[in-house]
Amino acid sequence: MSGYIVRRLFQALLVLFGVSIIVFIIIHMLPGGPRALLGPKSSPAVVHAFIVANGYNRPIYIQYWHYLDKLLHGNLGYSYHFNQTVNSLLAEDLPKTGVLVGLAVVLAILASIPLGIVQATRRNRPLDYALTGAAFVGYSMPTFWLGILLTLAFSVSLHWLPPEAPQGATVGAVLQQPSGLVLPVITLAVVSIAGYSRFMRSSTIENMIQDYTRTARSVGDSNSQVLFRHVLRNSLLPMITLIGLSLPAVVSGAIVTETIFNYPGMGLLFWNAATSHDYPVLMGTTLVVGTATVLGNLIADILYAVADPRIRYT
Amino acid sequence: MRLPDFLSGVVLPRRLSAQGAGDVAVDLDVPTRTAEPDVSYDQSTWRLVLRVFIQSKLAVIGLIIIILMILFSFVGPLVYHTNQVQVNLTQVTRAPSASHLLGTDDLGYDVLGRLMAGGQSSLEVGLAAAVLASVVGTIYGAISGFVGGWIDGLMMRVLDSLLALPSLLLVLVVASIVTPTIPVLIGVITLVAWLVPARLVRGETLAIRTRPYVEAGQAAGAHVWRLIARHVVPNVIGIVIVQTTLAVADAMLLLASLGFLGLGPPPPATNWGAMLSNGLNYIYDGYWWLIYPAGLCIVLTVISFNFLGDALRDAFEVRLRQR
Repeated sequence: MSGYIVRRLFQALLVLFGVSIIVFIIIHMLPGGPRALLGPKSSPAVVHAFIVANGYNRPIYIQYWHYLDKLLHGNLGYSYHFNQTVNSLLAEDLPKTGVLVGLAVVLAILASIPLGIVQATRRNRPLDYALTGAAFVGYSMPTFWLGILLTLAFSVSLHWLPPEAPQGATVGAVLQQPSGLVLPVITLAVVSIAGYSRFMRSSTIENMIQDYTRTARSVGDSNSQVLFRHVLRNSLLPMITLIGLSLPAVVSGAIVTETIFNYPGMGLLFWNAATSHDYPVLMGTTLVVGTATVLGNLIADILYAVADPRIRYT
Repeated sequence: MRLPDFLSGVVLPRRLSAQGAGDVAVDLDVPTRTAEPDVSYDQSTWRLVLRVFIQSKLAVIGLIIIILMILFSFVGPLVYHTNQVQVNLTQVTRAPSASHLLGTDDLGYDVLGRLMAGGQSSLEVGLAAAVLASVVGTIYGAISGFVGGWIDGLMMRVLDSLLALPSLLLVLVVASIVTPTIPVLIGVITLVAWLVPARLVRGETLAIRTRPYVEAGQAAGAHVWRLIARHVVPNVIGIVIVQTTLAVADAMLLLASLGFLGLGPPPPATNWGAMLSNGLNYIYDGYWWLIYPAGLCIVLTVISFNFLGDALRDAFEVRLRQR
């Protein structure tokens, strides 16, 4: 198994390298140039000074090399717009997005496991159909539309919850206003619940028809014993992989959710950077998210390898 | 029922289908499971696919809604004439009435007419991006799987790297810097949508490559392109059709999110996401006609394409099962 882990690590490294190249290429292919940033009427001298100061007159591979060099020293660049290092911006906003994404994923897991099991044990009955329909709707609903509907219902009409997310600068400050977190977390979790619960349903049904389940029944285990001791354990395993793979989608959702509720996280930072052409922030954020995804998948794969002894790695 | 888009197309890690653990991967509705792809699509199999498809109520409902939406968007303006070019500041945010069936928005545009105009661009972008992504993905996946070796490894790592980045992030970067006209929107959505079909087709191609008739072709000296065109493409057409249908749904959701983030087409053009985003400014004013109709259009269309894709997958799987 250690061979597998080493190979997997090597692959993850390659992918990380690929992520850095892709981010670099995309940003450099885009039109705009310094004038988009310095203003359309900036003088040629200023533009030239800017180009030289940032090394944009060097060949592209040299630029990439310098970029990679800085990156490997943990330097993500300097934000034109916020006049701050990208590192400090991310250090401030990333943990807050971490809280939002973390809570949403935990909620999604807690909700979708029982939903999937209920659907699997009552499959092709009215409850299963109803939940399938709900999953279809949840899955086809744009995140922001769901956020708007929830805000209209629970903030505008019922006045139960605040329409805006907590505005603290730190994670601690955000957590001190838990009522403001309820709507954003639910908004972000619904799509994942729709996906995870379908997965859980399929996975549970698949294990319910396995030989070992039949054996357990034949030796006299009760329904719940079979379900919890044999079926559930095995059907939970692939969820590890699923959660790792779903990270990019959840982060996409977080960008939208943060914009709806004005949650001061990385998504909102990214959106602001995109609208103000703040390339270093765009590159830094994309890179950090890409790295988190690659690491998340790596951890999920290794966890899976440890958790399921049936798998042999060759 | 399909898996979330982050999974459809993700060929589940090889270990899931490995010995002993194969049980957990089965019936996860991952389209790659349609192994055994080397069946020719002669007339009778297409007829079988069609029959199973028609039997699915959801598919028929989905198809009807899609046809209605296309008629509404493209034929509707011929019946219901509105001015979608000039603003009319004397008729701003009027409630629905006989002259404006769904009221007017904050620039005086008729909302029902705007829904039609927005539907045109939403459907055009969704369909074009999905088809383009499938074509690009099929070619990329077929080459990667067929050529194999280090080229395959390299091509797959490129795919992995792109898949590690949230699609909205990539699309947002490009759309915020280039003016998001319809061709640009099609381009940026294709940029993220071709990854899943590429993965799928590559997986299928790996299996097809080892078939005797392909080896025979190789031995006879057929060129790689000819082998791909004659043997790979016809065998993956089923999963590609399914994937394209589902990709339309994803593309329209992505487009709506972009519209919401303020990256809709330049005025006076619009799409449903941009309309909804605009209506959001009046969330506290009670102008429901600016918020609900556009949202409903998006959800209905997306859900219909999901129904359709799901039913098509079942139909193609039945074809495989009956063999």
